[in-house]
Amino acid sequence: MNKTIAQATISVNEEGYLTDFSQWTKEIGEEIAKEENIDMSDRHWEVIDYIHNQYKNEVALSIRGIKKSGVINIKEFYGLFPGGPLKKCTKIAGIPKPKSCI
Amino acid sequence: MKNLVILGAGTSGTMMANHLIKKLPKSEWKITIIDQYKTHYYQPGFLFLPFDIYTTKQVKKNGKKFIPKGVRYIQEKIELIVPEKNKVILEEVGELTYDILIVATGTKIAPEEIDGMKSPKWYKNIFDFYTYEGAKALRDKLRDWEGGKLVVHISEMPIKCPVAPLEFAFLADSYFKNKGIREKVDITFVTPLDGAFTKPKATKALHYLLEEKNIKEVTDFNIERVDFENNKIIDYADTEVEYDLLVTVPTNMGDALLERSGMGDDLNFVPTNKATLQTKDYENIFAIGDATDLPASKAGSVAHFEAEILTDNIMRHINGEPLKEEFDGHANCFIETGGGKALLIDFNYTHEPVEGTFPFPGVGPLQLLKESRTNHMGKMAFRWIYWNMLIKGIHIPFVSATMSTKGKQLEEVNT
Repeated sequence: MNKTIAQATISVNEEGYLTDFSQWTKEIGEEIAKEENIDMSDRHWEVIDYIHNQYKNEVALSIRGIKKSGVINIKEFYGLFPGGPLKKCTKIAGIPKPKSCI
Repeated sequence: MKNLVILGAGTSGTMMANHLIKKLPKSEWKITIIDQYKTHYYQPGFLFLPFDIYTTKQVKKNGKKFIPKGVRYIQEKIELIVPEKNKVILEEVGELTYDILIVATGTKIAPEEIDGMKSPKWYKNIFDFYTYEGAKALRDKLRDWEGGKLVVHISEMPIKCPVAPLEFAFLADSYFKNKGIREKVDITFVTPLDGAFTKPKATKALHYLLEEKNIKEVTDFNIERVDFENNKIIDYADTEVEYDLLVTVPTNMGDALLERSGMGDDLNFVPTNKATLQTKDYENIFAIGDATDLPASKAGSVAHFEAEILTDNIMRHINGEPLKEEFDGHANCFIETGGGKALLIDFNYTHEPVEGTFPFPGVGPLQLLKESRTNHMGKMAFRWIYWNMLIKGIHIPFVSATMSTKGKQLEEVNT
């Protein structure tokens, strides 16, 4: 389905995750974050950068990966993206949510 | 004489030995397979062992029986791979040089990765069922257990056979019903993902199973530690889940050999090209099955499909031809739902499991993404297929290495 956000039309799935990463911009990320009640700071963006990098290298995201990233520790990660931090930051980053096989 | 060396004689390694012995000219190539363990386990059987559905005898055989004649089989621990020098170092035999190396060392549970998991309560009221020892110890525990809070838990992804924990919860429901103590058992499924099912079509089609069986879900739970003294698991958001009996899937990691040899990622899995199965760092080293970092399920069916494609690619590599970028992440898994029924799912890197028929479009006899007794019979028959066809590298009729879209309801797929 299509969604209009930050003056752009993007396609998202039923949970609001972008289905085409090429449509993502920082402004779109900022708006999605607002919908999740997150105000993006430089620190948030550092994490998103890391996540984009992992995505480009086709590395599956995990809490362990975050722990070893050297970018952020887990408590701070939960502090920045309260609730489900991996779920929320992937949504903001415009990439698919971490999945199982079914 | 040239040398092809296979590390690991599990499902993948044994299949590769059986495929390659038929393809490589004996006058030019010597095949060696190395594994430190004598026993070959039927790992899908570990799911059934705790519930006394399979006996211990049904899940293990002497590995030697499945290594073809003409292949040198060394039972020894592998100390190190030295990829720059094309050699493998063994404890006793010493050095072995190779022209082509296949890494098939699989994945292992690493309960020591989570604080408090491998505690004095390990195999007392904290169990895994991904090892023979764990499944057997859990069977003995369940035989006498009188009920309480059963927590089925996944520590972190990726894990081998991602649906097995859910199947465990379903089978536990049946098991306690049959024992007449279901009302005394509270079953909770705890996952780091945001649901027991995480793909939209599967969630839609299958969520009723959890409701029907009265299995509670705790989602987005990233475990920090096990408080083994107070019987609870605690996550990074300080959420606590209490248990009387914890059945956990610990962190899965590749073999420590890969860490020692500097060839693994954070979890000791080998960075591998997802379409060709050549490792990313060395052109004469290939990887297969659970040992790779592929974004596919770690499962025997995946290894089976990979083996057919890897065999072709090894022949191409030897002949100096470009490798086929053919592996599509194809997986085909039966999912036990309890009560003598099962589901079947068929999917790959890009297509999520959908409804349809398998393997014959429009005919079946197996139904995709729907519970049926025929599917359960398929899962039971699979043990025979495993020992007699799969690891011997015999092609399973009508099932292709790459996923077929025929006979499937694909119209809504867009993820």
